[in-house]
Amino acid sequence: MNELTRLNASELAGKIHSREVSAVEVAQAHLDRIAEVDGTVHAFLHVAAEAALESAGLVDASIAAGSAPASPLAGVPLALKDVFTTSDMPTTAGSRILEGWRPPYDATVATRLREAGITILGKTNMDEFAMGSSTEHSAYGVTRNPWDTGRVPGGSGGGSAAALAAFEAPLAIGTDTGGSIRQPAAFTGTVGVKPTYGGVSRYGLIACASSLDQGGPCARTVLDAALLHEVIGGHDPLDSTSIDQPVPSVVDATRIGAAGDLSGVRVGVVRELGGEGYQPGVRASFDEALAQLEKLGAELVEVSCPHFEYGLAAYYLILPSEVSSNLARFDAMRYGLRVEKGASAEEVMAATREAGFGPEVKRRIILGTYALSSGYYDAYYGQAQKVRTLISRDFTAAFAQADVLVSPTTPTTAFPIGDKVDDPLAMYLNDLATIPTNLAGTAAMSVPSGLAEGLPVGLQVMAPALGEAIMYRVGAAYEAARDDEAGSPLINGVPEVTR
Amino acid sequence: MTAPTLVEFDEVVERFDPMLGLEVHVELNTQTKMFCGCPTTFGAEPNTQVCPTCLGLPGSLPVVNRAAVESAMRIGLALNCDIAPWGRFARKNYFYPDMPKNFQTSQYDEPIAVNGHLDVVLDDGSTFRVEIERAHMEEDTGKSLHVGGATGRIHGAEYSLLDYNRAGVPLIEIVTKMIPGTRERAPEVARAYVTALRDLIKALGVSDVRMDQGSMRCDVNLSLSPRDSGVLGTRSETKNVNSLRSVERAVRYEMSRQAGVLLGGGTVVQETRHFEEQSGSTRAGRRKETSEDYRYFPEPDLVPIAPPAEWVDELRGTLPELPWQRRARLQADWSLTNEELRDLVNAGALDLIEATVAAGAPAGEARSWWVAYLTQQANSQGVPLDELPITPEQVARVIALVASGELNNKLARQVVDGVLAGEGSPDDVVAARGLAVVSDEGELIAAVDEALAAQPDVVEKIRGGKVQAAGAIVGAVMKATGGKADAKRVRELILERSAG
Repeated sequence: MNELTRLNASELAGKIHSREVSAVEVAQAHLDRIAEVDGTVHAFLHVAAEAALESAGLVDASIAAGSAPASPLAGVPLALKDVFTTSDMPTTAGSRILEGWRPPYDATVATRLREAGITILGKTNMDEFAMGSSTEHSAYGVTRNPWDTGRVPGGSGGGSAAALAAFEAPLAIGTDTGGSIRQPAAFTGTVGVKPTYGGVSRYGLIACASSLDQGGPCARTVLDAALLHEVIGGHDPLDSTSIDQPVPSVVDATRIGAAGDLSGVRVGVVRELGGEGYQPGVRASFDEALAQLEKLGAELVEVSCPHFEYGLAAYYLILPSEVSSNLARFDAMRYGLRVEKGASAEEVMAATREAGFGPEVKRRIILGTYALSSGYYDAYYGQAQKVRTLISRDFTAAFAQADVLVSPTTPTTAFPIGDKVDDPLAMYLNDLATIPTNLAGTAAMSVPSGLAEGLPVGLQVMAPALGEAIMYRVGAAYEAARDDEAGSPLINGVPEVTR
Repeated sequence: MTAPTLVEFDEVVERFDPMLGLEVHVELNTQTKMFCGCPTTFGAEPNTQVCPTCLGLPGSLPVVNRAAVESAMRIGLALNCDIAPWGRFARKNYFYPDMPKNFQTSQYDEPIAVNGHLDVVLDDGSTFRVEIERAHMEEDTGKSLHVGGATGRIHGAEYSLLDYNRAGVPLIEIVTKMIPGTRERAPEVARAYVTALRDLIKALGVSDVRMDQGSMRCDVNLSLSPRDSGVLGTRSETKNVNSLRSVERAVRYEMSRQAGVLLGGGTVVQETRHFEEQSGSTRAGRRKETSEDYRYFPEPDLVPIAPPAEWVDELRGTLPELPWQRRARLQADWSLTNEELRDLVNAGALDLIEATVAAGAPAGEARSWWVAYLTQQANSQGVPLDELPITPEQVARVIALVASGELNNKLARQVVDGVLAGEGSPDDVVAARGLAVVSDEGELIAAVDEALAAQPDVVEKIRGGKVQAAGAIVGAVMKATGGKADAKRVRELILERSAG
C-alpha cells in the first residue's frame, strides 16, 4: 500500500498545495489501491481513472502556474455515491433499470466538487435507489466491510463508507434518507454527516424519498468531513427545497472543538435511544463516550423524545409513498432498460419494471401505492405526517434543554452478509436511531466511538436545523479526546484487506 | 353500436333541466415552462425545447415559474376570486407515455384562486352570472402521435411518436361551479361564457387563447334532470371541444342525446366523451364507472406558494380595464342602448370605433362609418371588418376632412373607396382623384351667378321669401361643379347673390 493512501484529506491537500506531491501522484496512488483491493471490497461500480488523472493534472498545472488552489481540498480524491448524476460517467443508483445510463447533466454536488478541483475517482455501490441498510440490495453485487469482509458495510451508502475504510479514497459523498450515511459510517469506523434538510442541493440526486433525502460528506476525520461539507453545501436555485442561507462555518467549529473544551455545552442523552434492543458492546461504547464528553466539560442532561418510537412506522409509510411516485418515471420510454414484451406501451412498461427493479424496491413501491390509495390516505400517509410533526416537536423540546443530542448511531455493529437480507423488518430496525433526524429535517453525524467485539461502533451527535456548527464542534472534541486516549485513530486498527 | 336516439331540442327543454359545468384549460404565454427554463414557443421541431426537468430525467427537480404564478393570480383576481394565502402543489399519479414523470404536478385541494364569478353577456344583451369554483395551476403533458392504423388513435396504431416540447408548459384550469337555470339557453350560455373568458384572458395578455392551436381547451360537463325536479342527473364530460361554435353544439347535442337515453328508459353513463367536429356529435371514450385513483399527495420537491398580501394587491393594481368594464364605459361615453352596444360587439366594431375616436373623430360619426358603409364593404368583400385595408386613423382623417368642409359625404365615400382599393392615404386619394370640394370662391360665385341667371323665376321666389326654393339652384350648381362643391356654402352664396 502506498503511504499516500493512509493520509487524511487535509494532510493530502497540504502536501499537494505545497507541491510536496502532485495531485496526479495522489490520484494514481488511490487508483492503484482500488486495483489492489476493490476486487474484494467492491466499493466501486465505476472507476474513472482517465478522468481522475486529467482532473488532477489540471490542479497540478494551476498550482504550478502560481494560482491559489480552487478550494482547500483541490487535488484530493473522492468517491461519489452512484446516485448523483455525472455527465462523464454512468449513473445507475444501484439498479438494473438504469444499467449503462449516461446522464446528460451533472448533479449540483458533482459540479461543486469539480469546481473545487476535487478528483472524482468513480462511483460507489449502494442499495438499489438507496433502499436498504446493507448494500446487499444493489443490483451489482454486495460491498464488503473492510473490518471483516464477511460482513456488510451498512447501507445504503456502503460503497462510499467501505472505500474510506479500505483507504481507496480519503473522501466520499453519500446520501442519507433514514441513516444511509450515518449507519455505514458507524459500521466502518468512519465519519458521516447528514446535513440539515436543504443544506446540500438535491439537484441531480436520484430521488428515493424527496422529503427525506439529503446528500452529505463522508470522511475518516471530522475535519475532512467539515472541509467537504463547506464545498458541497449552500443554496442552489435549481433545488426549491434548498435553504437560502450561508453554509454554517463548520471548519472553524471543528478547529475550535478539536482544542478539546466543551464546557458550557449541554449534551442531551435521549432516553428512548439506547435501551432495549441495543447490543451490549454498543451500549458500553456509548457509556464510555458519555464519560468522555463529561470529561471535556460538557453538561449531560437526560431528555425524553416520546414519539421517537413511532418514527420507524411513520418512516415506512412516508418513504414508500414518495418512492412509489418518484420511481414511476422508470417506464422504458426515454432512457434505461427497455424490455420489448407485448404490443402496447403499458405492456412494455410493466415488463421493464418487472425485470428492472429488485425485490426491496418492488416491496416499497407496492407499500407506497397502497398507502396513498383513496380511502387509505388519511389512515396511512396522513397519519404518518402527523407523527412526523410530533417528532419535530420532540426535537424542539429536547433542543430547548440541550445544545446537541447523542445516542448510539445503530443498535448493533456490522452484521454478517446474508444475515438479514430475507428479513426486511430486522433490516429496518438498523435505522431506529437515525430515522427521527430525517423525519424532522434536522442535522446529525456519526463519529467512531470504539469497538465492540472487534467491530466499530458509532456515536451519533444530533443538532437542530442549521445547528451544524455546534454538532461539528462536539464531534471534533470527542474524536480528539477518544483518539488521544486510545493512542491512535480507530481507523488505524482496520485489518489489511485480504483476498 | 347503434346510433343514439336524439330528441328535438324544444322537447328536451320542455321535459328536462340541463345542469352545465365548464372546465377550461388555458396555456399561459410565459417565456418559459412551469417548472424549468425551457422555451414554450408553439410549433418548434419535436423534442427541441426540453431539458432534464421537463423530460423527467432521474435527479431533476422542478422550480416554480414566478411569472406563471403571477398570471394565475391575475386571472383569479379578474374572475373575482379569493387568492389563497398558502397552497401546495400536488402530484397526480398515473402512467402515460407522454407524461415524463408519470405524474402531473398540479394543484389539487389547495388551488391558488377560489370562489369567483364571471358575468357574461347573452345575445339579447342581458347578463348571466357564472360562478367560478376555482382556478389552479398545473403543467401540460407532451404529445403522442399515433402512426399507422386508420384513425390516428392509439387503437390500431403501428407505433407512436412522442414530442415533449409541450411537456411542462404552464396551464391554468378554470372550473365553474354547476351552472343551474340555463334552460333553453344552456348552449348559448356555454358559448358566451367561453367567449367572455377568452376575451378576459386576452385582455390580461397572459395567453394567446387560440382554441385552434390548443392554447385554450374546453371540457363540457352536462347532465339532465326531469324538469323542476331538482334531482341531479348523471353527467357526461365531453372533451376535445375546440371552438366557440363547438361549445354550443356540444351542449346542444349532449342535451338531445341524454334526453334520448332517459326517455328510452335508459340511464346516462358517467363517462368521458369526445366531440366530433364534423358531425357535431359526441362519442363515448373512457368509461368512468369508478373514479380513477390518482393517489394525490403534496409535491415534496416544491415549497408552498404563499403570496404575501402586498404582492396580491400589487397584481390587482396591474389589472387592465377588463372587457365588461370597457363595455360599460363605452356605452356611457357613446350613449348607447344595450342593443346598439350588442350590435357593435357582434359586428366586431368596438375596437375599431374606439381607435377611430382615439384618432380624433367624434363617436357618432366613427360609429356610423364602421357599422354602415364599412360593414357593407366588408360584407361585399367577404372579410371580417377588422381585415378591411383601412385603418381607424384613416377613417378619422376622412371624418376630419368632411368636418372641415374639404369633403362632402359623397366625396368622402369615394375617398374611402380609394383607400380600400389601395390608392394610398385619404389625402393621397383626394389629390390623385381631384376629389376636393371647389374651394375657389370666385369659381363658385361664377357658377352660382350662372345658375341664377338661368332660372329668374326661382330668383323671384327667393326674393319673395321662399327660401326653400334655393334647393333647385343648389342642385344646378352641384351639377355644374361635378359634385365637388360644398353644398352649405353654395346655399349661402345663392341667398347672398339673389338678394341683389
